[in-house]
Amino acid sequence: MKRVWSSLAMVAALALAAGSAQAQNLNVVSWGGAYTASQQQAYHDPYMAANPGVKIVNHDLGSGALAKLRAEVESGKVTLDLIDMTAADAIIACDEGLVEPIEPDTWLAAAPDGTPASKDFFAGTLTVGGTNCFIPQIVYSTTFGYRTDAFKGKQPSSLLDVFDLKAFPGKRALEKRPNNNMEWALIADGVPAKDVYKMLSTDEGVARAFAKLDTIKDQVIWWTKGAQPPQLLADGEVVIASAYNGRLFSAIVEKKQPIAIVWDWQAFDLDGWVVPKGGKNLAAVKKYVRFATDTQRLADQAKYISYGPARHSSAGLVGKHAKLGVDMKPHMPTSPENSKTVLISDYVWWADHQAELNDKFNAWLAK
Amino acid sequence: MPTPTDDVMRTADGTPLKISLQRALVRSRLRALLLVLPLLAFVLVFFLFPIGHMLFRSVDNRIVGSVLPRTAVAIQDWDPDRAKLPDEAVFEALVRDIQAAFKDRTLGRVGRRLNYEKPGMSSLFRKSGRGAARITGAPYRDRMIAIDKRWGDSSTWRLIHRESGALTSAYFLAAADLKLSERGAIVRQPEPRRIYLTLFYRTLWMSGLITVLCLLLGYPVSYLLATLPLRISNLLMILVLLPFWTSLLVRTTAWIALLQTEGVLNDIMVFAGLLSEDGRLQMIHNKFGTVVAMVHILLPFMILPLYSVMKTIPPSLMRAARSLGATPFTAFVRVYMPNTVAGVGAGCIMVFILSIGYYITPALVGGRTGTFISNFIALHVGETLNWGLAAALGALLLGLVLALYLIYDRIVGVDNMKLG
Amino acid sequence: MPLPIYASPLERAWHYTYRVICAVIFVFLIGPIFVIIPLSFNELPYFTFTPEMLSLDPAGYSTKWYREFFTEASWQDAVWNSLVIAVFATLISTVLGTLAALGLSRSEMPFKTAFMALLISPMIVPLIISATGMYFFYALIGISSTHLGVILAHAALGTPFVLITVTATLAGFDHSLPQVAATLGANPVQTFFKVTMPLILPGVVSGALFAFITSFDEVVVVLFVGSVEQRTIPWKMFSGIREEIRPTILAVATLLVCVSILLLTTLELLRRRGERLRGVRAS
Repeated sequence: MKRVWSSLAMVAALALAAGSAQAQNLNVVSWGGAYTASQQQAYHDPYMAANPGVKIVNHDLGSGALAKLRAEVESGKVTLDLIDMTAADAIIACDEGLVEPIEPDTWLAAAPDGTPASKDFFAGTLTVGGTNCFIPQIVYSTTFGYRTDAFKGKQPSSLLDVFDLKAFPGKRALEKRPNNNMEWALIADGVPAKDVYKMLSTDEGVARAFAKLDTIKDQVIWWTKGAQPPQLLADGEVVIASAYNGRLFSAIVEKKQPIAIVWDWQAFDLDGWVVPKGGKNLAAVKKYVRFATDTQRLADQAKYISYGPARHSSAGLVGKHAKLGVDMKPHMPTSPENSKTVLISDYVWWADHQAELNDKFNAWLAK
Repeated sequence: MPTPTDDVMRTADGTPLKISLQRALVRSRLRALLLVLPLLAFVLVFFLFPIGHMLFRSVDNRIVGSVLPRTAVAIQDWDPDRAKLPDEAVFEALVRDIQAAFKDRTLGRVGRRLNYEKPGMSSLFRKSGRGAARITGAPYRDRMIAIDKRWGDSSTWRLIHRESGALTSAYFLAAADLKLSERGAIVRQPEPRRIYLTLFYRTLWMSGLITVLCLLLGYPVSYLLATLPLRISNLLMILVLLPFWTSLLVRTTAWIALLQTEGVLNDIMVFAGLLSEDGRLQMIHNKFGTVVAMVHILLPFMILPLYSVMKTIPPSLMRAARSLGATPFTAFVRVYMPNTVAGVGAGCIMVFILSIGYYITPALVGGRTGTFISNFIALHVGETLNWGLAAALGALLLGLVLALYLIYDRIVGVDNMKLG
Repeated sequence: MPLPIYASPLERAWHYTYRVICAVIFVFLIGPIFVIIPLSFNELPYFTFTPEMLSLDPAGYSTKWYREFFTEASWQDAVWNSLVIAVFATLISTVLGTLAALGLSRSEMPFKTAFMALLISPMIVPLIISATGMYFFYALIGISSTHLGVILAHAALGTPFVLITVTATLAGFDHSLPQVAATLGANPVQTFFKVTMPLILPGVVSGALFAFITSFDEVVVVLFVGSVEQRTIPWKMFSGIREEIRPTILAVATLLVCVSILLLTTLELLRRRGERLRGVRAS
């Protein structure tokens, strides 16, 4: 019965004071699943232990976060306090004035040796796409996983093998959006990586990328959520899948699935925090962000998930997995062994061409 | 009060009866209205107004005018057919607008808005924001062109000129795979960009297929239910009503379990030797999966109205036809079926209406080829942030549904709608 | 539709073929729902029958997915949210819908059809359009991501069902009864609760059940209007199917089938009671 009353009270309170969230609650938006869990353990739990007045509430909106943020800022009633976004979304949010600009050296903690934050974060990551709103946490990559029991003899080892249905027959899973897929198609078709975006700016380049994707189109299952490709691999629904490297790590090392990673032309990306404009708890958010992005915390996150911390000073502190005791360094997308060939997304180019290529990509899919 | 002398009938207080009755009628009308009013107000505020508010985004074009207010006014004097570029005053207005918007950090909005019409505008405005911040005086035109030569290109200016009004047709055009050319004529999108007409066509085509399948499956079952003794038909009715009352997510889940490559049906067929282990059928994440799952979900909406119509057809009708010499087939086709037309109409329109707006099932089992227009509305609201386009697509879909709703009202009458 | 004794062999053959066709359609309707019940007791995290299950080996079966459902906090929160939202939404739509039905069924009601068409629209407008409309507007008035917002949204979606069922009950309603009560000295409130209400109660309750199930099953609107604190069972199922598909979803689905059986039974009992009360012979 107590629950009934507390719930009634809650409904009433929400009705009366909608929007005016209690001061001690911080609404943090992230991706859910293993990723939010790693943030919970590395950032939220120690922060809440040190600051008993603060309660961090996780909202997993994933790629819907930007739309929600825009709707809230437009309405003037911002309930979200801190959002975890990819760099591409952060650029849009910053361009449209939906998030607060940050001053790295006053907001963020210096490295233990005194190097200011603006020098300690990887070069260019704080000003990604020429913006000044993004606080990077991790470098992650979208790369390929394959089932180790699917092929007799030679195993896939390069991007070319993903497009090679003869040598490696079976279903593939790719992300249902043009980003990365278009670039990979051109690289696999022999276009040098440095010319990819110049090529994609022309109709012929786009047609060439689709022609390459056409060669595997019938065999592709398109995923939309990061949790899908490891699941599809584990269930045997596909034999090769593009996936976030952290999800693959979890499937391989934690769940012991017969999966291995191909790092060839892994697509690097950044993920980090943005602070919504007009949020009600700016001071508390700043305090939290300073803690959650310091050298130790970023290194700690790598104990739970195989994403590379975005600070130079954290790299040396990356150690073993918190539960399994596996050395995490070889699983990092940033390790020299894994990053021989890397696709780096041109955010500014994509900002210009996203809408157009989305249309073309969807039209191509529908055919 | 003087005693009335005319022969008008009056009530006790002397009011003419006619007026009194009229007053009573008005009062009872008001009472009836008063009962409806709370719901009406509720539906208006929390349902209809939000939809109208959202649909307005399909023509709302205030971004350019609000972010670049001076330019939007100054550019009205420019005649693109007479001068290649607007004059210095417009450039000055632009520089001031960009400087202010750069400071307010709203410049990206106009860049994104115009980028829908012309790829590249997004980076043009971003670049110009940083550049214009350093401009302190004339010549504005040369300095802007020095920042980016696209400011010297009349197509950029024609676009701003066109989109500086408060309303736009651009989203509706885009929703129909059309666009305005540089000179303002309506032209088709280049072939690789055409997508929405295909989607509308697919949505209608698949909904039609689903409706026909529902009718084909629903008609015999309804006939059976209507002609069996009540005791048995009531029991069998449970088989129709249970799915009707079961969560559509439960039913979609069930179809995933049945149809997936490693699912029940494939397993059975492999076990029975009909398929090889490598030859498992792809029955889900495509059109087939969507159609099967949706027919299952919508079938009760066909059976229930058919059944209620068939129930009213007296069995003697068929017997009479037989006794007059018709074969069973003729009797059924010429006598029975015409009597069920109302039920067929009601069921078909209901299923079709529900089907063209479906979102959940296509989202879960539609894959590449089985998604509907609703899924794209959700995509543009939730992910690509092109809310104007989402609203335009929504308005077109809603228009379609309302047209069907009117037909339904003609055939069945909304006040005769029955449930379960 | 018994087979007449004079039926020809062809007619007999068709008669039985027809019954087989109907049986197949019934299996199509009900089979998928019952397939998930045994699957939900799978020991392994698959959506299909394992060899152990088929050989009825007890080791192939397990109740662990049910345990997971009953112990995992996020599922328990979802159950709670679903119930709170559905109950309050049902209350609102039942009260507003019943009042409106009483008004609309009066012969003096002006513009009856127009009002009816307007008030039934929440049932007709595609959910994605309703949901996106609410997404923006509820954010504007500050009730998005609150229980209140989701409750109001679901209440709006549920009202047409109450309106339709209560209007249908009132169609068989003898409008002289309240007048009789009035002439016998009952005031309007007494008349409503002592005469009208008992007679239309079955319609009100079945409308309320429809409104309840509408909210309880609804996922599109809650995905758009709600946030993680309003996460309901359908929301959990939807994201579960899209992301990590586990047999817990099948366990939940099985439980939901039980809920629908319960609702269906209630509804049937109500229908019978209603017919008895209004003196309609079971037809």
